[in-house]
Formats: sequence, C-alpha cells, structure tokens
Amino acid sequence: MHELSIALSILDLAAEELDRQGGGRVHAIHVRIGSLSGVVATALRSAFELAREGSGHEQAELKIEELPLMTRCDRCGAERTQLLPELPACAECGNPMVAILQGRELEIVALEIDS
Amino acid sequence: MIGQTRIVEVRQRILKQNDVAARALRETFQSAGVRVISLVSSPGAGKTAFLERLLRTLRSSYRVAALVGDLATDNDARRLARAEVPVKQITTGTVCHLEAEMIRAALADWNLSELDYLFIENVGNLVCPATFDLGEDQRLVLFSVTEGEDKPLKYPTIFNTSDLAVITKIDLAFAVEFDAVAARRNIQAVRPGMQVVEVSAKTGAGMEQFLPHIHAKNQGSDIPSQSA
Repeated sequence: MHELSIALSILDLAAEELDRQGGGRVHAIHVRIGSLSGVVATALRSAFELAREGSGHEQAELKIEELPLMTRCDRCGAERTQLLPELPACAECGNPMVAILQGRELEIVALEIDS
Repeated sequence: MIGQTRIVEVRQRILKQNDVAARALRETFQSAGVRVISLVSSPGAGKTAFLERLLRTLRSSYRVAALVGDLATDNDARRLARAEVPVKQITTGTVCHLEAEMIRAALADWNLSELDYLFIENVGNLVCPATFDLGEDQRLVLFSVTEGEDKPLKYPTIFNTSDLAVITKIDLAFAVEFDAVAARRNIQAVRPGMQVVEVSAKTGAGMEQFLPHIHAKNQGSDIPSQSA
C-alpha cells in the first residue's frame, strides 16, 4: 500500500549518495527487506518501476534481498528462522516472548554506479 | 567510452517521507509537553462515541483536544465538539489514512503547550494506518463485540503497531454472544503482553479501568510498538 512511498525514498537516497560520490549513473540499488518490515517485495518492485519514471534514474535496477524472520526465545534461548511474517511462540518451550534477531530491516545496502 | 561500474556500500535505513515528518511531530509534541494518543479501528467500531465520552470525562481535570480524520464530512468533529473541547476535522478526500503531514498542517494554528492531551481519531481502517506513524505517544486499537473474536488474527500488523487494545460496545456482548476469552487469547497470540480493556461508551462500563492506561507511559508490554 505504501510501497510507492518507499520506492520514492529509495530513489531519493540513491540520488543523495550519487551526489556524495561525485555523480555518475545509478546502475543498480541493493536493498534488504526483512519479512516483518511490512513491505512486500513484489509490490516494491512494481512501485519502483513506477517511481523511477521521470526521476532521472530510469535505468536504475532494484535488487532486493529478502531476509527471513529470525527469533530467539527470551526464556530458553532457542533460535528459529522462518519465512512467514508472524511472531511465533518458542517451538521448544512455548514462551510467547521472543526477541527478533532479524526481520525488521528496510535498508539500502549498496549502490552500483556507472561513472 | 566504456564506463566502469563500481559498488558503493551505503547501509542506510529507508525512511518514508512520513517517518521523517512523524519524527519532527514527535519532537514538537515532546517540547510542548502534550501527550498524544491516536485511535484506530474498522469503520463503525465506535471510535467517535468512545472519544466523545473520554473527552467529556477528562475535560474537567485536563486540557484536552481532538483531531479527527474522515474521507468526507465533518460529522465526527461536530459530534466530538459536543464535549466542548477544541476539535478539528481533517478531511482526506480519497486518502484512507491520516499521515504525519496532515497532522502537522492541522495543528499549525494551535498552541500545543496549552494542551495536556491531544487525541487523534484516524480514518476507519485497520490496514493502512498501521504503517503511518503520526508522532503519537500511544496508539489505541479498538474493535467492537460485533466484529468477531478473530479480528486480531486477521489484522496482526495493526495490533503489532498499537499499544493498547480496547474492546468496545460491551453492552451488546450478551446479545451477540461475544466470547471475550477467545478475543483476549487472540490478541495475545498476535501481540504477547498487550494490555486489553473492555468498555461501553454508551453505559460507561470500563471507562474507569481504561483511564489509568493513558496517563502513564507505555505500561505492560516491553515490545516496542513503533519504530522511532
């Protein structure tokens, strides 16, 4: 629903970094999206195609790394990795309070720049 | 001329424009010393009735005001204004949720330091408001006894990004055979540790038990409800 807003922010951040790097063309933007981030990768891809039109970065590709949810039980320490974006109770001891080690990410990690 | 492609590491959180605006609002609210509480729910869950009751209850002891968002009409603002406190309507046109910029614009001519509490009633929608931070201190998610005990299971994101669940219209619970135990269990399933209160804006039941939840800073759950 809000993926367009995110896509526009991605392009803004890429443009800022491009400036800092002394210009060039953005060849690709690498982002990481955690499964609990609330952002759906397919929706972001579609939104990015819309967002880049008229942005001056029509050639920029979006490369998405999707990160699974990783949790650790607060009580017994058991760790769990899953793709489903739901907070599970600990499979070992049933404790519902789990710490999220990975899964909330929504970040740009790298730019590929053509000079 | 063959260009070279080089890779530059960036490592930066992607913030929506709304997140940037919400951060600024949060700072504004904190400087002004006003506690801001937002309400979200499906359309018809009873946000306005609940908020009207709340405003009436609080106005004798606190300086309170409200913003209310709807796609169209100022009906809700008129209803809330019956509580004789400052109220402003935000009509969004076609936008299905309130955004931080709308809040900023609506509050531009208000002196926030003259308020103890500001309530923001969001557009009736359990989906989109979940991802639009309004700079509030606390978010209440309301659902009524007529909506089904599995409501929390169907809308996990809004429950995960809210601080307190309010079950409304409990005066109707018997008539619709509402299973409060199941509803509470479902809330805990999507958000362990979430505090729940049951109220009736019509009869006033539960309002006294509700009030302490908005006075103190986030009680109960240690799970952070909103990203900064």
